[in-house]
Amino acid sequence: MAAHDYSNTRYSPLGEITAANIDKMQPAWTFSTSVDRGHEGVPIVADDTLFIVTPFPNRVIAFDVSKPGATIKWTFEPKPDRGAQGVACCDVVNRGAVYNDGRLFFDTIDNQVIALDAANGKEIWRVRLGSFTSGQSMTMSPLVVKGQVLVGNSGAAFGVRGFIAAIDAGKGRETWRAWSTGPDKDVHIGQGFSPFYAADRGTDLGVSTWPPDGWKTGGGTVDGWLSYDAELDLVFHGTGRPAPRNPLQRPGSNKWTSTLFARRPATGDAVWAYQMSPNDRHGYDGSNENVLVELPLAGRQRKLLMHPDGNGHIYVIDRASGELVSADPFVFVSTSQGVDRATGALAYRAAQPPPAGRVVRDSCPGSAGAKNWQPGAWSPRTRLLYLPVQNLCEDTAFFAASQIAGTPYLGAEAKMHPHRGEARGAFIAWDPIARRKVWSIAERFPVWSGALATAGDLVFYGTMDGWLKAVDARNGRELWKYKAVSGIVGQPMSYRGGDGHQYVAVLAGVGGWAGLIVSNALDARDGTAAGGFVNAMKDLPKVTGKGGMLYVFRIP
Amino acid sequence: MVKRSTRLAVIGATALGLLVGFSGCEREARRFAAAPRPPDARAQAESLSQQQAGPAGPGMREAAAAGGYAEDNAYTLAQGKLYYRWFNCVGCHAQGGGGIGPALMDASWIYGKEPGDVFTTIMDGRPNGMPSFRGRLPEQQAWQLVAYVRSLSGLVSGDAATNRGDTLAGGQPEYLRDPLPPEDKKR
Repeated sequence: MAAHDYSNTRYSPLGEITAANIDKMQPAWTFSTSVDRGHEGVPIVADDTLFIVTPFPNRVIAFDVSKPGATIKWTFEPKPDRGAQGVACCDVVNRGAVYNDGRLFFDTIDNQVIALDAANGKEIWRVRLGSFTSGQSMTMSPLVVKGQVLVGNSGAAFGVRGFIAAIDAGKGRETWRAWSTGPDKDVHIGQGFSPFYAADRGTDLGVSTWPPDGWKTGGGTVDGWLSYDAELDLVFHGTGRPAPRNPLQRPGSNKWTSTLFARRPATGDAVWAYQMSPNDRHGYDGSNENVLVELPLAGRQRKLLMHPDGNGHIYVIDRASGELVSADPFVFVSTSQGVDRATGALAYRAAQPPPAGRVVRDSCPGSAGAKNWQPGAWSPRTRLLYLPVQNLCEDTAFFAASQIAGTPYLGAEAKMHPHRGEARGAFIAWDPIARRKVWSIAERFPVWSGALATAGDLVFYGTMDGWLKAVDARNGRELWKYKAVSGIVGQPMSYRGGDGHQYVAVLAGVGGWAGLIVSNALDARDGTAAGGFVNAMKDLPKVTGKGGMLYVFRIP
Repeated sequence: MVKRSTRLAVIGATALGLLVGFSGCEREARRFAAAPRPPDARAQAESLSQQQAGPAGPGMREAAAAGGYAEDNAYTLAQGKLYYRWFNCVGCHAQGGGGIGPALMDASWIYGKEPGDVFTTIMDGRPNGMPSFRGRLPEQQAWQLVAYVRSLSGLVSGDAATNRGDTLAGGQPEYLRDPLPPEDKKR
């Protein structure tokens, strides 16, 4: 699976490559994907085969990694509708497939979920979970839990109604769908629902916390990462931002957007929920990854969930009960003043959102969040969480958005900029026990790639100007780097090849929301382009170009 | 002498309620349309269709000319700017820099920059994601939108193009815009 394990650690137990030998690491083989949009995907390896899914047109390619040369075993063309490119908010990305029991599962930009025979690439089933003409797309990496493929939709920026669905892995039939907004029945809130905080308790809050009918186009898509605890039998996922982006058009807390859910995988029934950013004024979203760990806190071992949120706080939560253990800012935060441990409430600094038309300067973090989709990694050896982050603030103005299905439902314009002229990105190591940043590496651009930690006490990440870097997991010292053909926004991973040796693989190919200025050739003269991200990325086209390339490294 | 006769003409025109004195000034040649309304949220909730479409044929271009399409006209451009926001063009194309959709302020036009081409793109959609707005937008308003879209890259007269809007400014206002070839964007 994309995140290596159900706990979403992205920790590889392979330890052949270490600080002592990494200086010799070099490419073993490469492959051009023939696609030049943002490659946010991840290679996954099973049965001596490496699988990748490209951005649109979502081509799937399988390589034989049992022998040198990695010949192509098969290629699969799902042929998604090209019109769906028009509803992909943040580049036409795909975040990777999942392998389970001889089958490969992935979703396409036009809302299809497809099962392939991993041995030969033959299609077993496909199911469509909605129409792109409503604004909905799919980009996330599914998870297989107890014979069901769990997937969620994208498109909060288009006013779609978010959901997570389960599909029978054998037959391809949808078994349940839990919506992120609407009546309790739709959200799968029932008898077993017991949220920890009073603000999340009540009847049909997914309706009553919205203006009339607002929940029907309210966003809260499940476009991020899924994790699973087999012992508690709980699936954890966040929900995306509310729609429209303009908070003046949706007074109320807008449940269950920008929220964390714990659900039963068999039925989708919610066990607890915790809304991190009520009425999410800044578009912070709640879809970031949930990393499951067991740590000693105050003298006892606890089953925890770590969630680095877009609003700038890293939430450490008791994952059985939904109780907040701690919430600390991991970047500079100006929009709120902490989280109340007693009520779980985020304390917004301003009492109200600004009136329409007034430009509010310097909201930190900006709407891309302190951290966006890019997943961090956890090393059980160092007990540190490694996070790729951006250090961006934003000037924002709201206006009334029209709701026209299939078009963006925003009502906001923005321009992002670095916080006080500092570096725009960083790669940080966070100690959840001491609740502090242990080290930080400044990067010129937002670090939009995933992270990988290994048993060799190395941490890998990519940069938008094209470097794959390996640093010492304990102190962040740079040990190795390699310049790729294009900026890296993919997820590095490590596997054991057919020769028994450790390999590190990553997709290069700049893009995604942060890299749209290159991947969609945007015009730097308009700072509001790409939701205002262009204002902070005007120099990216000077340092990197388009290109999709798979790199696989080893020590020869 | 010249100054004086001009002043006399203005006074004369005002006194007689005639606008003869301004006939050469397109900026003042308003075309009166029905009062514009924002699109109704619920009525628009159904899906926009996505159609395959080619470039505008010669007939479309003639229609633009015959329909009295006049883009060097401040009223037309101001109306177009309003619709650009109301119909969510701004959500994908920003203030011309693009995002989900391509930039509209440069010299690169995927489906053509002639008014008829832009009209066809708006009304019929394009296959790589541009939705069709036919049935959502009266043709007269669509032509005003066409004029405004062209003004984003400086294709209309700077005298008539809109000034900075009442919003967060992304870059230069439309009246100062100048298209650049795509390769020059990477300055």
